[in-house]
Parts: sequence; C-alpha cells; structure tokens
Amino acid sequence: MADDFVTNFDLFVMNIDEKLISRLEHLARLELSEEERKGIQKDLNNILGMVEKLNELDTAKVEPLVYVSEAQNVLREDEVKHQLDRSKGLKNAPQQNGEYFEVPKVIDLK
Amino acid sequence: MEVATQPKYSQIEQVQRDLREGKLTCVQVVEYYLDRIEASRELNIYIEVYAEEALAKAKAIDERLQENADDLGRLFGVVVSLKDVLCYKDHQVTGGSKILTGFTSMFSATGVERVVEEDAIIIGRVNCDEFAMGSTTENSYYGPTRNAADPSRVPGGSSGGSAVAVQADTCLVSLGTDTGGSVRQPASFCGVVGFKPTYGRISRYGLLAYGSSFDQLGVLAQSVSDTALFLEIMAGPDEFDSTASQRAVEPYASNLSFERKAKIAYFGSALDHPSLDPGVRQVCQGLIDQLRTEGHTVEAVDFDYLDYIIPAYYVLTTAEASSNLSRYDGIRYGYRSANATNLMETYKKSRTEGFGTEVKRRIMLGTFVLSAGYYDAYYTKAQKARKLIQEKTFEIFEAYDFILLPAAPGPAWHLGDNVDDPVAMYLADIFTVQANMVGIPAICLPAGTHPEEGLPVGVQFMANRFQEADLLAFSQKVMDAFPKS
Repeated sequence: MADDFVTNFDLFVMNIDEKLISRLEHLARLELSEEERKGIQKDLNNILGMVEKLNELDTAKVEPLVYVSEAQNVLREDEVKHQLDRSKGLKNAPQQNGEYFEVPKVIDLK
Repeated sequence: MEVATQPKYSQIEQVQRDLREGKLTCVQVVEYYLDRIEASRELNIYIEVYAEEALAKAKAIDERLQENADDLGRLFGVVVSLKDVLCYKDHQVTGGSKILTGFTSMFSATGVERVVEEDAIIIGRVNCDEFAMGSTTENSYYGPTRNAADPSRVPGGSSGGSAVAVQADTCLVSLGTDTGGSVRQPASFCGVVGFKPTYGRISRYGLLAYGSSFDQLGVLAQSVSDTALFLEIMAGPDEFDSTASQRAVEPYASNLSFERKAKIAYFGSALDHPSLDPGVRQVCQGLIDQLRTEGHTVEAVDFDYLDYIIPAYYVLTTAEASSNLSRYDGIRYGYRSANATNLMETYKKSRTEGFGTEVKRRIMLGTFVLSAGYYDAYYTKAQKARKLIQEKTFEIFEAYDFILLPAAPGPAWHLGDNVDDPVAMYLADIFTVQANMVGIPAICLPAGTHPEEGLPVGVQFMANRFQEADLLAFSQKVMDAFPKS
C-alpha cells in the first residue's frame, strides 16, 4: 500500500473513532442513525480487539492465501449466452421506463 | 404445536420404492409435506410455499410413473426446500433481506437446476440469516425461525430454515449454503445431517454471494445416502463458475461402504476448550470411545491455530461481503428508498433502509479492513494466517484420514441470547470455520442428545480436499453404528 502508515503490527492497537466511522459510512454508502453508529463503533472496536490475536502469529515468511480453488485459467469460448432481453432485464428494477433504469437527477445545473 | 418425532421418510429410496409399488402417489407425498408445513407454521420455517406448483409437478410425475417409471430422473418423488439465497428461475429470492423485496430470479443456480432436472420437486424457500450472516436465523427480515426440538431455542444459522425444514419433516432434503458453518451448525442444533463439500466441488453460480472464497452449497438431510446422491448430482464443472473444479465427479451414492479402519485425529485443544459445553464434550468422547472399540485409530493431535481461525475469518469474510454487497444499490433491482432526492442519497438511503444491523456491521468492518492504510495490517495479515492454517491442516491429513471436531460449542441456545454481543456470537463458529478457511469437505452427523438439556448434539468430521467419497462412506458407517432410538 502506498500510504501504509501502519508498519509495526505488534505495537498497533486500533481504535475506531467517530471520524473514522463517518468515513467508513460514506465509503460503504450507508447512513447510520446515531444509535446505530454508537453500537457499531463499539462492536467494531470489540471485534478488532479480537482480531489483535493475529499479531501473535509470525507471518513474515508466509505468502498470503488468495485463491482457495485449485482451478487455474479455466477458459471457455466467449460466446453470447444466457442473455436477457430488455424487458426481463428491467423487470426487477424499482424504477424504469421500459427502455432504461431511472435514477434521480445526477447533475444539478443550478 | 405438532412436531414430528419420526419422519415419514428418512431416505430417498424409501419414498421411491413406495411410489414404484403404487403404495402412494407423488401427489400424496407432496400433500403430506404441505400438511407438515401447515402444522409447523409457528416455527416460521418457510418464507414462501409453492403449493400449487409442487402439486402440479407431482401430478405430472404420477402420470409418468404410470407410463414408464424408468424414464424418471434420479430424484423423482423427492421434495426439496431451498435456502432463500439460492436462485430458482421465475421464483423470488431475497436473502432474508428487505433490500431484495420482490426480486425474481431470471435463472436457476446450477445446483438447483441440476436437482430440478432430476425431477425433484421444490416445495418452497426457507428462512435464513440475512445474506447468510448469522448463527441463529434471528437476523432475518422475516423474523426468527425456531427449533422444532424446543421452540424457545434457535435452530442455528444461517441455514436455520433448512435445518428445521428437515427436522420438522416438511421436506426430505433442503439445500443450504455454508460460508463458516452455516449448514453444519444448524444441522447440529436440529439433529439432522449437514454436509459442506470441498470449495469448488459444486458451482456457486446462482448463490447470492457473501464471502466468495468461502461460500459453498451444502445439503441438509435425514441420511448420509441422500446427502451423497445430492452431491453427486450437483457437483462438477460449470461454465458459469470458473472456480468450480474440473475434477470428475465420483459415484458417491453407490460407493458408501467403508471397510478399512480409519485414522482419525482430534484436537485436544478443542475438546479441552474452555468454551466447550460439558454435555457436548461427553457426546464427542462417547463417539471417540465407540470408534476405538470398532477398531479405528483415534488420536489427539496438537493444533495451535484454533484461536486464530475466527479472527482471520471475520476479517476476510467481511472484506468479501463489503465488496459483494455493493451491488445492492437500489438502482437495477431490489428496494429503493422513497426518501432520496439525488443519486448519492438513493444509494445511501436504499442501503441503510434495506439492510439489517448485522449486515451493516459486517459491511462496515469489511470496508475498514480493505481501506487504504489498514489493508496490509488486517486483510493481508488475515490472508497469511489463512495460509498457515491451511498448511497446518494439510499436514494433519498426511497422517490421518479425518479430523473429528464438535460442530458447535454447545447445544442450541435460547432466542435472544448473544444478540447484544457479536464477539461471543462469532466465537460460537470456532469449530466449523476451519473447513471453510481451508476449503475442505466437512459433515455434521447427529451424534446424540445433550445429557442435561435433552437437545440434539452433532459431531463433525472433516476430510482432505476432494475426499468426499471417503468422508461420506465413513459417515455412513458411523451412522449405521449409532443405536437406533
């Protein structure tokens, strides 16, 4: 990571404060109520307290496990298959006009 | 409330024999299960029942039975329920969440498709924790499901609806999903068989994703033989899931004899774990003694990584969840908030109003561990821990066929317990998560009754990757040896 300001894991004890909670809310596209925010802040700190346990493990020479599947480069022909026609593709949309998904105005020129 | 003590059928071959011999019709079989669903309504198992459709399919099967019974698929007469995270074409699927209210699947999950092709009848979709996040089936938009053995208790989760559906005899088999024990732990709480295959053995296509490197379809059933047949039918390569293994599928169902003596490891650190209930320990110990009497080798081995499994698991699965669940944005499908005035508000308010608290908690944690500056300290660290846990587990399988573990630290607890303490709730997954961390198959077998609480207790066996045939054959042997109550 470019801005890896957490370098010494052993000394590192995380505390998620209100500012960080607000930032995470925005990144996750959530708007928590005051009560929910307090609850989740406390829960996250407790969970991270549990996660501290991992610092006991010496992983200096361990490669991260990224793929669990033994399958590699499973390729297939790039054929058009399982396509939905437009009416089916729009069927589950909360708002649509028969041609497009509709969303609230994105750019406000005022 | 009427709760079945003995299921009408506990094996596919029984129902198929009766159908072939004309002792009853497929319509009568479906009617029986519909009656059972009605009688167990207070347990809140089903979100939706496909009564008319199931009866119509049964009628068609009865007609085909008259014409030529040999033309029928391998699952004719088998009534199945689906966890509400599995897509079934032209039917709703909601992941137990408000955010998918009214969503209709455009295709079937590969596992579901293969089962339906063999003439199974899907009778309905059953309750689960929202997006499979939970250990009790209390985190559902549709309210909690209750354990048929004691309705004041939880059925476990997240496939709690599936476990009770089989336990209360409302279907013969239920399909669930297992990300960290979501098939095996409820099987333990409800006294049924719960099986999770090797990662990649069954396609994940059409399974609402939670933790993509952990998720697997699983089977909940009364018997090991039914479990084996369902695996045989659902397993195998799939052009819609490139992580599905290309390995040939073995004839698990016709290969259930286990003649040799097994070498079984168990963790002293698990059976002596402070969080393990003494009654569960007693049931495990009883089974160990029995296996030894039968000539199998059962030995304690050291495994020093048990306490690292849960922390690593929650970092990795929440990270994957925060990414997977970003698709629920209120635009192309699902719930959209009526309170938003611009696009950003549409995303935020739809997700805020659509997700339950546990899902939000996990999305927030996952967002945190993936965010710039914390990624290496948490996410990469947990991936390394996963690698270590996998290596150490594989080492055990160099010397042993199976690992025996409890399926859960205790019997089913009461509704409402632990809901205020996510850490305590997460730690209850301690014995099941290992199989998902490593990607190996595991099964929970109903091993006995809790000596004080009188509730079902399951014991779990894990095997090495793609050793399903051995694991299932051995499980059959273990089940045969249990005294029939």
